Amino acid sequence: MINLLNTTRVTKWLVSGPPFLYLTLFFLLPSLIMVVASFRYPGDYGGLAPLFGVEPGKETGLTLETYRFFFSDFIYTQIFIKSFGVAMASTLVCLLMAYPLALLIAHSPRKHRDFMVLLVILPFASNFLIRVYAWMIILGPQSAFSLAVNHLLGWFGIAPVPLLFSSFAVLVGMVYVHLPFMVLPLYTNLEKHDPVLLDAAQDLGANAWNRFWKVTWPLSLPGVYSGAALVFIPVLGMFAIPDILGGTGDILIGNLIKDQFLGTRDWPFGSTLSIMLTIAVLLLAGITAMISRQGVRQ
Amino acid sequence: MALLEIRNVTRRFGDLVAVDNVSINIEAGEFFTLLGPSGCGKTTLLRMIAGFDLPDGGQILLDGKDLAGTPPEKRPIHTVFQSYALFPHMTVTGNVSFPLKMAGKSPDEIAVKVKEVLDLVHLSDKGESFPHELSGGQKQRVALARGLVNRPRLLMLDEPLGALDAKLREEMQIELITLQRDVGITFVFVTHSQAEALALSHRIAVMNAGRIEQMDEPSKIYSFPVNRFVADFIGRINILQAEVLEAAPDHLRIRIPGMGEVRAPAKTGAARGQKGVLALRPEQVRIAAKIDDVADENHFPGKVRDFLYVGDITTYIVDLNNGARIEALLPNSATGRAKFFEIGDAVKVAWPKDAGLFLND
Ligand SMILES: Nc1ncnc2c1ncn2[C@@H]1O[C@H](COP(=O)(O)OP(=O)(O)O)[C@@H](O)[C@H]1O
Ligand SMILES: [Mg+2]
Repeated sequence: MINLLNTTRVTKWLVSGPPFLYLTLFFLLPSLIMVVASFRYPGDYGGLAPLFGVEPGKETGLTLETYRFFFSDFIYTQIFIKSFGVAMASTLVCLLMAYPLALLIAHSPRKHRDFMVLLVILPFASNFLIRVYAWMIILGPQSAFSLAVNHLLGWFGIAPVPLLFSSFAVLVGMVYVHLPFMVLPLYTNLEKHDPVLLDAAQDLGANAWNRFWKVTWPLSLPGVYSGAALVFIPVLGMFAIPDILGGTGDILIGNLIKDQFLGTRDWPFGSTLSIMLTIAVLLLAGITAMISRQGVRQ
Repeated sequence: MALLEIRNVTRRFGDLVAVDNVSINIEAGEFFTLLGPSGCGKTTLLRMIAGFDLPDGGQILLDGKDLAGTPPEKRPIHTVFQSYALFPHMTVTGNVSFPLKMAGKSPDEIAVKVKEVLDLVHLSDKGESFPHELSGGQKQRVALARGLVNRPRLLMLDEPLGALDAKLREEMQIELITLQRDVGITFVFVTHSQAEALALSHRIAVMNAGRIEQMDEPSKIYSFPVNRFVADFIGRINILQAEVLEAAPDHLRIRIPGMGEVRAPAKTGAARGQKGVLALRPEQVRIAAKIDDVADENHFPGKVRDFLYVGDITTYIVDLNNGARIEALLPNSATGRAKFFEIGDAVKVAWPKDAGLFLND
């Protein structure tokens, strides 16, 4: 009995040990380094000030200054809220665009599916920045697309709007770059659905609308959740797309953090921003998990 | 008027004729079985009745009305699928109330009907379970309950017992008979198991390669198969090559190679010189150590080659001295002995002259 207990305990450690070690090494430790950095003073030329005073009069040791600073100016909270808004909008648009595509691929003949998936991930074959710059041309004021859109708006008596360097351009870029991350988990999920379930639903009186909302959609929720996570979190941290496609007012958290490390060289404040972001994401993930656990009991 | 009328229905897949000019009338309240080997077109026929597939030719009528323009969700016909097709994300109650919700029934009515039908299939305590928490037999019952709850005009069951083990299958067969009688809904049952078909049905249609070979009550199909396929497919049977020597009005005289001359019941249309088979059930063949010449029996001497002991009966395979091989069946009910014959024993087999059927090849 005791022997058995010991072996199960040993097995448990053997099984959960490596992932635990991995998480400690690559997630917990870096996070801890950042937490410590956020409580320190910035160095004279970037980096961090030494923890123990070398010169009198210099600020050393630990401080809550960066957190006080974060909450003293509402602009930071505002940028956080705006970033979460952009991330949610991007996730939603990605979902709306990816779902029909994933359904189409999942319902195609088996021999065509791999090819269609390949087409979905093909954009990854070219450089990310080049693809985003391409949108600068597409959305630029003299592009055929811009001209067509503004021409159309003209019919409704709306003055021409610049498409580039706007929140719209940022959203387009975000959706374009992250769409495959939504399509793939959705497709993987939808492809596993047993088609006989739809036959059964129809046989029992369900029309196309009910077949989708009562069978396909609830069964696809795990795919929706992982797709949403794969889009939402990277969009939150993204700085290149707002930099390239956004206007001066389209700064997001990612830009803010990048500036602290590469521009202003205020590492403690950059760390603070990163930690606030991590906390916000974890909170959101926790809430989502709780809601989904209540919604669909597997 | 028949409840369901299938008129000259044909369905082709390329060159393959999956359902070939099939006509069936199914009466209200009937337990009707489509019986046939795998790939003979049973599922294809069911899918056309359900509306998932359309005939290339012919008509399907329900209560005299052509179903051609009616989509599956509008047909008052439900199906129990072979794989059950329970919705994995819904509880038993969720699954069973699904057709009622689709029909727009009120929550109160749904609650009452779901409770009723779950009582009927003995699953009252499983309402909150999910399909993956149920055993095979329980899933089967949920699928049945879901098909029955909205009282369709017709319930179709596509090999519903195929996935169950033998003991459970037998229990479910008995439950199915009781259930069908109690609810009074017409069942169209599909199976490739002749034993299941014989045990359950009011009427059986034996299908082969898309065609109906014979349609009748179970006892008629078993006792009077119309051709070699049906005879061979239903139960164990001796099929012996035969040639007609004389076709009298009240009997046939036929010759069986490796056996000799035998008498068989008369058959209309049989003529001298015609070739065919004699189909003879093992239970019609008597086996004994010694048989006195009896005028109204065919009898031949032979040796026990092998036997198949299954508890209640033993099937003996006997090599006749003239060369033919025949199966005879003996109930093991005689007191005081476990076995009658050993391999190699000299025996005699005999059967009445009015037993067996001469069938065209
Ligand atoms: N959609 C289809 N396309 C091509 N052939 C089919 C299709 N459905 C069934 N068949 C063929 O039709 C024949 C009858 O199939 P089925 O009705 O499923 O037989 P059963 O249910 O009696 O086993 C089989 O030979 C099968 O391969
Ligand atoms: Mg089948």
